[in-house]
Amino acid sequence: MMGKRHGSALMRAYLVLLFSFFYLPIVVLMVYSFNESKSRSNFTGFTLKWYESLFHNDMILSALGLSLALALISAVIATVVGTMAAIGISGMGRKSRLIINNVSYIPVVNPEIITGVSLMLLFVAWSGAAAWWNQNAPAFLRFFPEDVIGFPSLLIAHISFCLPYVIFNVAPKLRQMDVRLYEAALDLGCNHRQAFFKVVLPELAPAIFSAFLISLTYSIDDFIISYFTCGTLQTLPIAIYSMTRKKVSPEINALSTIMFLVILAIILISNLADSRRARYKAAKKEEV
Amino acid sequence: MSKRFAAVLAAVLAAFCLPLSAFAAGENTLPVTEDISVSADYDWDRLADQNITLNVYNWGQYISDGTDGSVDVLSAFETLTGIKLNYTTFDTNESLYAKLKSGGARYDVIFPSDYMVGKMIAEDMLEPLDFANIPNAADVGDAYRGLSYDPDDAYSVPYTWGLVGLVYNTTMVEGEPDSWDALWDQAYSGQILMFNNSRDAFAIAARRLGMSLNPANVEEVEQIAQELKAQKPLVQAYVMDEIFDKMEGGEAAFAPYYAGDALTMMDENPDLGFVIPQEGTNRFVDAICIPKGCADKEAAEIFINYLCEPDVGLANIEYLGYSTPLDTVWERLDDEIKYSPIAYPDESVLANTETFEVLPDEVNAAMDKAWSSMKSYSEDSGESIPTLLGLAVLAVAWIAWRRSVRRRRDEY
Repeated sequence: MMGKRHGSALMRAYLVLLFSFFYLPIVVLMVYSFNESKSRSNFTGFTLKWYESLFHNDMILSALGLSLALALISAVIATVVGTMAAIGISGMGRKSRLIINNVSYIPVVNPEIITGVSLMLLFVAWSGAAAWWNQNAPAFLRFFPEDVIGFPSLLIAHISFCLPYVIFNVAPKLRQMDVRLYEAALDLGCNHRQAFFKVVLPELAPAIFSAFLISLTYSIDDFIISYFTCGTLQTLPIAIYSMTRKKVSPEINALSTIMFLVILAIILISNLADSRRARYKAAKKEEV
Repeated sequence: MSKRFAAVLAAVLAAFCLPLSAFAAGENTLPVTEDISVSADYDWDRLADQNITLNVYNWGQYISDGTDGSVDVLSAFETLTGIKLNYTTFDTNESLYAKLKSGGARYDVIFPSDYMVGKMIAEDMLEPLDFANIPNAADVGDAYRGLSYDPDDAYSVPYTWGLVGLVYNTTMVEGEPDSWDALWDQAYSGQILMFNNSRDAFAIAARRLGMSLNPANVEEVEQIAQELKAQKPLVQAYVMDEIFDKMEGGEAAFAPYYAGDALTMMDENPDLGFVIPQEGTNRFVDAICIPKGCADKEAAEIFINYLCEPDVGLANIEYLGYSTPLDTVWERLDDEIKYSPIAYPDESVLANTETFEVLPDEVNAAMDKAWSSMKSYSEDSGESIPTLLGLAVLAVAWIAWRRSVRRRRDEY
């Protein structure tokens, strides 16, 4: 009894310590977004001016806009393509599945800087090759775009590093799913498409959704790969990084605070909706 | 309250002075915004209908862009000329160089520092400028012409300059330091900050040894590296912009940094002092250039000319805190900063400074190598990496063995 209580106090202390390591830095960051002066060590007074000037800073806002657009588009495409890939892989034979799985793992374990540099070299080579082709090929064949470096290259890069995460999120769910569900749907009169959209997809939905969220976060977070593939654009992490000669502006604290609160709100709302749905289901079961 | 009163007073005064100054400036200025008027003798909007976008690549936070109450010179340029700007930023000369060399991006206007300008000229990466399109470059002071990195002033227009000096905390330091020796002083062990970039760190150690900050050969590099190695036990941290927080917060006694930023720190913490050590120091110049591959050189030159306008230059210098090479801008500064020994030191101090020059490849390589070996050097580091690798190999082998044992057991 004594030992148990002792243990739980220790556990609680450990938990507090752990969470303070996670959240204290964020609290400090948020507090300094209200600091009157630019200093990150002296708190001289409360102000909202960094929030105001954030919304007038075109460079930060356009970097944020690019990061968000890029994250959304690449996450959607990566989720769709990755889900299809996972379904395809699950239908393969044992050996080819093993090979494909290992090949898709490589980008995950590969250092980002190597992925970034090699993608950049690929895009540069592509531009050169496309320019040469468009000069020398007959006019009706000159359809290769030359200017891929910029948004297209960023998008391709982000989709490609998000893809493995989608595959490895959806595949376990597929393995868990009973194959006979799909067969039963066919037996009960669904055609292949109906069986997929009405039976398989709803079953996979939670995994697909979490894969989408992971892609979104990885894409917004990514610095190294974007750095090499962005051309003359700049995403938010790159804009922040370039401030290190002069000092990172407190507007970034303000922006991080807003982003943190928005994400927190999304998580809270979705969890609330989940628990409400669960309660509703439970209540319905009791009625029956 | 008194701050608000001062602001109102300033506004009223400004309202009175505005028509006066507009009058004083004569009729050959063209107002663009409240704060910016440009020379009317220049055809600013001649490319307005060509739908041009300039890719500008500058240091982070290195232009007055409207934040924190500053003047927004970028949007004023777009209004004035009808040329759009895609303004992006970098963090070091080396990343700028890498970006241009990789072929992964095309820029129209870039802001490299002195030695990088020299390197880019040597490697034929810059376009010579057509000064007929940049008449405002005539305003550049004589002291900033014909500098060693671009002796004929053919490729670059200086944007800012400054000295590297010693920031110190008067409450932690006795007397006024006047030598780089302070950064090697045992008494301040653990209270010394040092540049986290090889070129600046080597420059300080070299001047302390009475050598040039452009090492001539590999032997000199090794000699300087010994000095940095000796300093390492005393150093609290190798930092760049963290210096602001550490010095403002009183966490360290000494740090070398750029003069303009030292002024910013001293505004924040009045206990700080700044001195140019007697051994002399580095004078840096950040310049404006047009790289090869620029899509519209004339538009880029219009932008450079715009940056050399007195109103624009003044806005930038007030935002940056660095020193200006433009005479007219200097004339219009407040007396306090105009005659400040930190921002605009006198001839005798400047005479004892050097600018960075392009180093031969083998010296650069030796410097990089010495820097990283100094940074990773510590008493016991010799065996730690092979030991760790050995442990990792053992762990992998053990796991593989366990697995094969288990598999064999399962088979039976």
